[in-house]
Amino acid sequence: MWSLALAYLGAGLGAGLATIGGGYGIGRLASAAMESTARQPEAVGDIRGMMILTAAMIEGIALFSVIVAVLLVFVAKAA
Amino acid sequence: MSLAMWMMNVAMAAEEVAKHGAEEAGGKADFILEEVADHVLVPLPKVLGIDLSITKHVLMVWISAVVVLLLFSLARRGAGLVPRGLANFFEAIVAFLRDDVITPYLGDDANRYTPYILTVFFFILTMNLLGLVPMGATATSNISVTAALAVMTFLIGQVAAIIRKGPFGYIKHFIPPGIPAFVVPILFIAEIMGLFTRHFALAIRLFANMVADHMVVFTLLGLIFIFNNVLVAFFSVPAAVAIELLALLIAFIQAYIFTMLSAVFIGMALSEEH
Repeated sequence: MWSLALAYLGAGLGAGLATIGGGYGIGRLASAAMESTARQPEAVGDIRGMMILTAAMIEGIALFSVIVAVLLVFVAKAA
Repeated sequence: MSLAMWMMNVAMAAEEVAKHGAEEAGGKADFILEEVADHVLVPLPKVLGIDLSITKHVLMVWISAVVVLLLFSLARRGAGLVPRGLANFFEAIVAFLRDDVITPYLGDDANRYTPYILTVFFFILTMNLLGLVPMGATATSNISVTAALAVMTFLIGQVAAIIRKGPFGYIKHFIPPGIPAFVVPILFIAEIMGLFTRHFALAIRLFANMVADHMVVFTLLGLIFIFNNVLVAFFSVPAAVAIELLALLIAFIQAYIFTMLSAVFIGMALSEEH
């Protein structure tokens, strides 16, 4: 029973920590995008494109650990 | 001392709850995994250890291939110096991909690898979008599909590099220039590992994004059934709609990211200097 509990705990902690990392990264990205758009409003098109692209890449990294958490939840057996 | 006793009591109570709760929680949450997993449609025998059954994801891959072939065959009719109709629409996308994605990374080889890169983009985009319609499944939410695409990018890059530089030049490509000789083995291994990790991450990124989108939608809607309360729907359904719209955006973005990174990796394999 402990193995199942530890698996669920690990999955929850892992998903939460990954969200913290991803949120912090995308938050910094968004703040840089806001500042540079305020500095130079005519570059907003380029900045918007790059912002969405890099946000998707950072989100991809956070989703790596979602996969690990899903594996932990659905494959763990009450050994 | 009492803290330890309290913790032991909590542990024993948790064990009791877990014994009863494991079956229930597992049973109620299993349907979420069922939705994103593959379903066998036509069972076929195993050949050389490979299960050839036609599953829903296999069917969606075939449908996507047919859709892409049909769309571009129809678009050929309007192709020309001034494209008309469907060709006009595709030419805008193709021109954007070639000028902003392929040429910066591939340079002179752009024309040679553009067909593969464009095929990858439209194929992945079609598979992603077909997963968002009702009764459709996302073929790219199967690790085998994304791994096959990443293996294709890997093979194209490495085989082209071997053909262009020869086997000895290909090995030399992994050794950065201007470093002392005793560091070379470590850096060589690091380069090789980086090569495999890049392509592995390519497959996992697309797979994880597609699975996560659908799983979040199903989990939100499944909350209604887990709580057995219709009032949860007033929260779940708008949230699920918002996540589904985000999934539409992610479908386009992930297809673009896979395509761009494929161009980058092929360019990196073919590059002369390190």
